[in-house]
Amino acid sequence: MDIKRSLTVPGRFEYLATIADFIAVAGRDAGFDQDMIFHVQMAVDEACSNVIEHAYQGQDKGDITLSCHCDGKDWVIAIFDTGRPFDPASIPAPNLEPCLEDIKTGGLGLYFMHQLMDEVEFSFDEETGNKLRMVKRGV
Amino acid sequence: MEVGTTSHKRCSVVTVSGRVDSNTAPTFEETLKSVIEGGQRNVVLELDGVEFMSSAGLRAMVSSLKACKSGGGKLVVAAPSNRVAEVMQLAGLTSLFSVYDDVTAAVGSF
Repeated sequence: MDIKRSLTVPGRFEYLATIADFIAVAGRDAGFDQDMIFHVQMAVDEACSNVIEHAYQGQDKGDITLSCHCDGKDWVIAIFDTGRPFDPASIPAPNLEPCLEDIKTGGLGLYFMHQLMDEVEFSFDEETGNKLRMVKRGV
Repeated sequence: MEVGTTSHKRCSVVTVSGRVDSNTAPTFEETLKSVIEGGQRNVVLELDGVEFMSSAGLRAMVSSLKACKSGGGKLVVAAPSNRVAEVMQLAGLTSLFSVYDDVTAAVGSF
């Protein structure tokens, strides 16, 4: 089943649950299993949190638009914002050492996105802003 | 998200349910902070009812673990939901936390 949906919400953390529901409904309608839906929900939640924190540098600074395309096999998510250009290379990788004193959990969201999705691609356009494209391939 | 606290003789149990994300993680962290700064350095974090936990929630757990340890106590996890266990493993945090199957076992560890 081919599913194409989009959603625009204000850039506020309270809308993360709305975004999660949007992903869940799209995934169920496309016939994806619960594990796949959860992984995409996690990656999208981290991405949208990063948009608010880093691209907009706070809540109520702009909207977040998500587009979702499921072709029955692969799931393509695109997230758009009009915040500051986002450079993923500027985010340090988390230091996930077993020693509690040395652990650094900054960058964990971006790390999750790469672990949970098969493709993660950032781009910026002067007119349209940031675009994050993520793909989760079905089995 | 709902969060509640129960005091026991040797520890406090903080029970969390629902979503722990960037919207709710501050409340989650504040609750843990108030328990720890209130003098209880031994904490059981019951996570059976948590359906979703993002990196924001994990950061709150790590900072609370550090706070307990610096006060001479310990924070342990009881009955993590499957999804919480999955994200803890993904983040490489399972070796940092003692995890118990249920609250009784976790409370009994103190």
